[in-house]
Amino acid sequence: MNDNRFTTRSELIGILVLAALLVVVLPLCLDVFRLNLVAKYLTYAFVALGLVICWGYGGILSLGQGVFFGLGGYCMAMFLKLEASSVANTKIQSTPGIPDFMDWNQITSLPLFWQPFHSLTFTIAAVILVPGLFALIIGAAMFKRRVGGTYFAIITQAVAAILTILIVGQQGYTGGINGMTDLRTLKGWDIRPDHAKVVLYFFEVGLLFVCIFIAQFIRHSKLGRILVAMRDQEDRVRFSGYSVANFKIFAFCVGAVFAAIGGAMFALQVGFMSPSFVGIVPSIEMVIYTAVGGRLSILGAVYGTMLVNFAKTSLSESFPELWLFGLGGLFIAVVLAFPNGLAGIWQDHVQPRIDRLISSRKPKSESGWTDNSVADGAPAE
Amino acid sequence: MLIGHQPKPFLLAVEGLTVSFDGFKAVNDLSFYVEENEIRVIIGPNGAGKTTVLDLICGKTKATSGKIEFRGKELTKLKENQIVKAGVGRKFQTPSIYDDLTVFENLEISFPRGRTVFGALTFTRDATVRDRVHEVAEMIFLKDRLDMSAALLSHGQKQWLEIGMLLIQDPDLLMLDEPVAGMSVSERAKTAELLNRIIKDRSVLVIEHDMKFVEDIAHKVTVLHQGQILSEGTMEKVKNDPKVIEVYLGH
Repeated sequence: MNDNRFTTRSELIGILVLAALLVVVLPLCLDVFRLNLVAKYLTYAFVALGLVICWGYGGILSLGQGVFFGLGGYCMAMFLKLEASSVANTKIQSTPGIPDFMDWNQITSLPLFWQPFHSLTFTIAAVILVPGLFALIIGAAMFKRRVGGTYFAIITQAVAAILTILIVGQQGYTGGINGMTDLRTLKGWDIRPDHAKVVLYFFEVGLLFVCIFIAQFIRHSKLGRILVAMRDQEDRVRFSGYSVANFKIFAFCVGAVFAAIGGAMFALQVGFMSPSFVGIVPSIEMVIYTAVGGRLSILGAVYGTMLVNFAKTSLSESFPELWLFGLGGLFIAVVLAFPNGLAGIWQDHVQPRIDRLISSRKPKSESGWTDNSVADGAPAE
Repeated sequence: MLIGHQPKPFLLAVEGLTVSFDGFKAVNDLSFYVEENEIRVIIGPNGAGKTTVLDLICGKTKATSGKIEFRGKELTKLKENQIVKAGVGRKFQTPSIYDDLTVFENLEISFPRGRTVFGALTFTRDATVRDRVHEVAEMIFLKDRLDMSAALLSHGQKQWLEIGMLLIQDPDLLMLDEPVAGMSVSERAKTAELLNRIIKDRSVLVIEHDMKFVEDIAHKVTVLHQGQILSEGTMEKVKNDPKVIEVYLGH
C-alpha cells in the first residue's frame, strides 16, 4: 500500500461525486438565478474549507474569517471599481476617472494605495498576499506569545469588528457602509449578464477544486498529522522538536488565503463588496457552515456551506425574523448532538451501510475503507 | 570547587539553578552534574521540585537564575524545540501521546526529520522511517499494534509508546518522569527491561518513587527536598543517610 497517499479510495469517490454535482447536475437542473445563488454559496465554501484546516485540524478557532474574505473581496472589488470608473463612465462627476464614492466624499484624486489596482496581475497577487501577510502578522503576534484557544477567538473577533469600523469610517477610500457597488467589467468583459455568470460559476468551481486538492495534500502530509497531534498534546509536539507556533501560523495563513479567494470570487460573482461580509456576524456564520458540514471533513465543509445557505435563502424568504434563531439553534444542535457534523453522520451511519451493501454483492472485494478523517495514514501491511 | 578544569566534561551541568513562582522558590540554588552514559535518579518527597527540575532543563519553565549547560550549550537561552535539537528528550508524567493518530503515526512524528513547516509538508514516509518505526515498535512491545488508534492502548502501553517516541528522537539525554507509575507488576518488570536496553549510549535522568526500581537502575541518586539537594551519591550511601531517612525513606 502506498504511504502518504494523496487521497484514499473513498475520498476520491467523494470528490468525483461532488464534481459531478457541481459541474453537471446543478448547472443542468437550476435556472441561472438559482445557479448564481449556488455560486454565491460556494464563495463561502472556500472559507469553510480554510476553517477545516485551521480549526478542524489545527484546533485554532478563528471567529474573524470575514476579515480575510473581506480583504480578498475588497482587493478584487477595487480593481473592478477602477475599471468601471473610466473617465467616459464618470464624466458627470466633478473629478472624472475616480470611483463615484470618492467623488461624493470630495476626494479629488485617486489615493496612492489605489493606484496599483489598475493592474489585474497586481490585484490577483494582492488577493492572496494581503490577507496572507495580515494573517501572518496576527498569527505571529499571537502564537509566538502562546495566545490560543478562547483568547485567540476573541481577538480575531475584535479584528473583524475593527476592520468593519475602519471600512465604514473611511468612506472616501472604501465606499463606507454601502461598499463598492456597480462593478461592471473584467478587462472589458461584462460580468453582469447571465452567460458571464455561468462562465464565472465554472471558473469558481475549478478554483474550489484546486483548493480542495491543496487541503487534501496538507491533510495527508505529515504536517496534517502534526496539526492533529498539536490539537490535543501541544507540549508533546513542542518537546518532539517542532515549533508549534510556526505550524499554527501556517494553518491560520492557509485558512486566510482560502477565505480571500472566496472573497475575490464573491466580488466577481455578486458584483459588489460591502462591510456586511467582514464583521462579526458573517464571521461566526462561516464557522457554523464548517461545524454543520463537519469540521474534520474537507468535502463536508462544502456541503455544509451549501445546505446552510440554501436553508438561509429559503427560510429568510418566508420568515426573515426567524432565520437567526434557526441558525443559532442549528449550531447548538450540531455541537451537542453531532460534533462531527454532516460528515460524521455520513461516516457513522450511511457509509457503513453502503460498504455492507457493496461487500455483500462482491464478497471478495476489499473491505470498505471508511473515510475515517484522522485515524488513517499508517498503512496496513 | 567542582567546576574547575575537568578531564572529562560533564554532559549536563546545572549550576545555581533557581526558580521562584511568586516568591516561592520551587528550586533553590540547585547544582548537579550528569556524566556521559550515567543513569541518575532523582527522588524526594512530593513538592520537592523534581518535576520542576526537568521542566527547567527542557525549557518548559524558565529559570529565574542559574545555568544549565548541556554539551557546552546554555539551555536556559534556547527555545523548547532548539533544546530538543540539541539532544534532550523528555517524557511527561502522564502519558502524552496523540490519541487521534495511530501508533505508527505517533512514532513517525517523533522521527527527527522534517521538523520545519515545509519539511513536514514535503516529508515522505520512506524505507528508513518505516524500518526505524518498526524497530522501535518491536522494542516497546507494540509491534502488532502499529495501525491501532493510540487512544485504544492501555495505560502501560501508552507509557511505552511515549518512551518509544523518545527513542526515535534518539536524544543524548533522556529525561523520564515516573516511567512506571500506575503500571501493573508485570508491566513494571517489562518497563525495567525496556529501560535497561535503551539507556545504553545515552545519559538518563529519571524521577521515580518506586525504590526497588530505583535500586535496579540507578548509578547515582540525588535526593531533593524543598528545592534543594539533601543528599547525593550511590543508592547505598543515600539509603543510609540519616537526613534522607528522616524526610523521605522513613515513611
